[in-house]
Amino acid sequence: MDSWARFRTHKPAMLGAAILVLYTLLAIFAPWVTPHDPVQQQLVQSLQTPSAEFWLGTDHLGRDVLTRILYGTRISLFIGIAAVVVGMGIGIPLGVVSGFYGRATDMVIQRIADIMFSFPSILLALALVAVLGVGLNNVIIAVGVAIIPIFIRLVRGQVLAVREEAYVDAARAIGASDLRILVRHVLANSWAPIIVQATISIGITILVAAGLGFLGLGVPSPTPEWGAMLGEGRNYIYSHPHMSTFPGLAIFLAVIAFNLMGDGLRDALDPRLRALEA
Amino acid sequence: MSATEPLLEVDGLSVEFDTPEGVVKAVRDVSWNLMPGETLGIVGESGSGKSVSVMSLMKLIPTPPGRIVAGEVRFRDRDLLKLSRFQLRKLRGKDLAMVFQDPMSSLNPVQTVGRQIAEAMTVHDSKLSDNEARRRSIELLEVVGVPQADVRFKQYPHQFSGGMRQRAMIAMAIANRPPILIADEPTTALDVTIQAQVMEVLKDAQKKAGAAMVLITHDLGLIAEMADRVIVMYGGRVVEVGDVRTVFHNPQHPYTFGLMASLPRLDTQTETLPTIPGQPPSLITPPTGCAFHPRCRLKRDRLDCEQDVPPLREVTTEHFSACHHTDEMDQLIEEVSAEVGTDLTRGES
Repeated sequence: MDSWARFRTHKPAMLGAAILVLYTLLAIFAPWVTPHDPVQQQLVQSLQTPSAEFWLGTDHLGRDVLTRILYGTRISLFIGIAAVVVGMGIGIPLGVVSGFYGRATDMVIQRIADIMFSFPSILLALALVAVLGVGLNNVIIAVGVAIIPIFIRLVRGQVLAVREEAYVDAARAIGASDLRILVRHVLANSWAPIIVQATISIGITILVAAGLGFLGLGVPSPTPEWGAMLGEGRNYIYSHPHMSTFPGLAIFLAVIAFNLMGDGLRDALDPRLRALEA
Repeated sequence: MSATEPLLEVDGLSVEFDTPEGVVKAVRDVSWNLMPGETLGIVGESGSGKSVSVMSLMKLIPTPPGRIVAGEVRFRDRDLLKLSRFQLRKLRGKDLAMVFQDPMSSLNPVQTVGRQIAEAMTVHDSKLSDNEARRRSIELLEVVGVPQADVRFKQYPHQFSGGMRQRAMIAMAIANRPPILIADEPTTALDVTIQAQVMEVLKDAQKKAGAAMVLITHDLGLIAEMADRVIVMYGGRVVEVGDVRTVFHNPQHPYTFGLMASLPRLDTQTETLPTIPGQPPSLITPPTGCAFHPRCRLKRDRLDCEQDVPPLREVTTEHFSACHHTDEMDQLIEEVSAEVGTDLTRGES
């Protein structure tokens, strides 16, 4: 059975994928799905509970919560994915170099990874935002950097294993350069776990980014962002719980969806990993 | 030696490996040469240093823990061991090409077989167009007897059987028409039924490429069939060198004789096969003097075996042995023959 067939029969993964497809479609077609504006304040209709006009109610500035969640999908998913791209972009090359060349280089990179690992991702991201300042790009960088060590570790382990394969020796024996061996033989055989980790990491980055937003260190208001919405609803949690409940649910669903899909991908791409975990 | 110049000369090669147990002296002062177009067999048991000595020629041993401590490898007026990484890379696969032991793991599982054969050419010729590389790869697959080469070209290694994969590896090795082909136990991992076919392909490919071949194996039958000359290695050293027929019919080292005698023969009825007592030597603390002396019947409590490393001496023309007491070989053969009740002297058969 090939990977795609295994993935298709993995029910939780398909559920996760379905949720993500739905999110993506809603994010793209948000202006057509909802008649309201995500930013425009309408103080006369503030703090309304869910109704036929405002399905999920309105916030303290009279904005439709559903509309803000839908537009927020664009921001939150983008941050999540972009941060993983940043983390992979830096973590993979470092991991490859660390695993392939070994010795002093490996030592230095691994100790840096150790130090980064010793802080929880959210704390590392928080510190970076404190240095860089708030804003969309800075949040992406901060969250991305926070997950770099995950990829360094993973890729290093992969490279260490693949490096010993006979086909790497064979490639060397035909006169291939280190770079060619790394890209075409070593990395090309390491993608499965990297893809799985990337998918699961998007769940982590969405959560960390939302955490920053909640603390007011994410994307500045009035941009609709799930974490920030959660934070704004905090002051009204007893009187108007819908303000934070629904953004929270949106975050929860997105994270779960990425995790389910990651699990499914792992089972589909490398059945051996599953056996190891059991 | 004949009038022609050797293609490759290995002189005094010594290779060590650092291990937690100590320094493994895998190859000790090994010298040999390879003549153009010939097939040179290297035999020896596991750990005798046959693979390491050949992998070291192109610095394909992992360093660390490996270390080439001494020696010279002369090829086209250059010492290969002194080349820069870049120069060495230009040489690998173009002048010296390898066929590895295990075809099941020597091909990259995520790339098509064709692309890997093409890669062997494109790394050495960046001007080679994709189309041309493809055309030549298919041609090579045809040369090594892979049916439906144009279809096979696009397939992945898992769609190939072991024998087919080894054919593909051979195609890769001869892609650049290298003057020297190194085959490291090319059939060990294959089914017995496939071994003969693959050797045939290898021999044919060697002929077509006009290459000299170094064939490493522990299969004496294979050597007898394929090689012109043979080197016998024991404990990291060369113990006997010579023409295959001469060495097999008239072994001049007790170890070589032990190997030959332990082979079952079809032409005589034998109850017991002679064995070589003892274990292969430790390469961390190898025996002093002749590495074979703790297991040797010819030693007879003589001190020279224990103390002096026997040099390779020419016993008969072009036939060298590293034994202090080659003059007693006939006596040894008679003794062992009497013990097992079979005549172990081998005339021309």
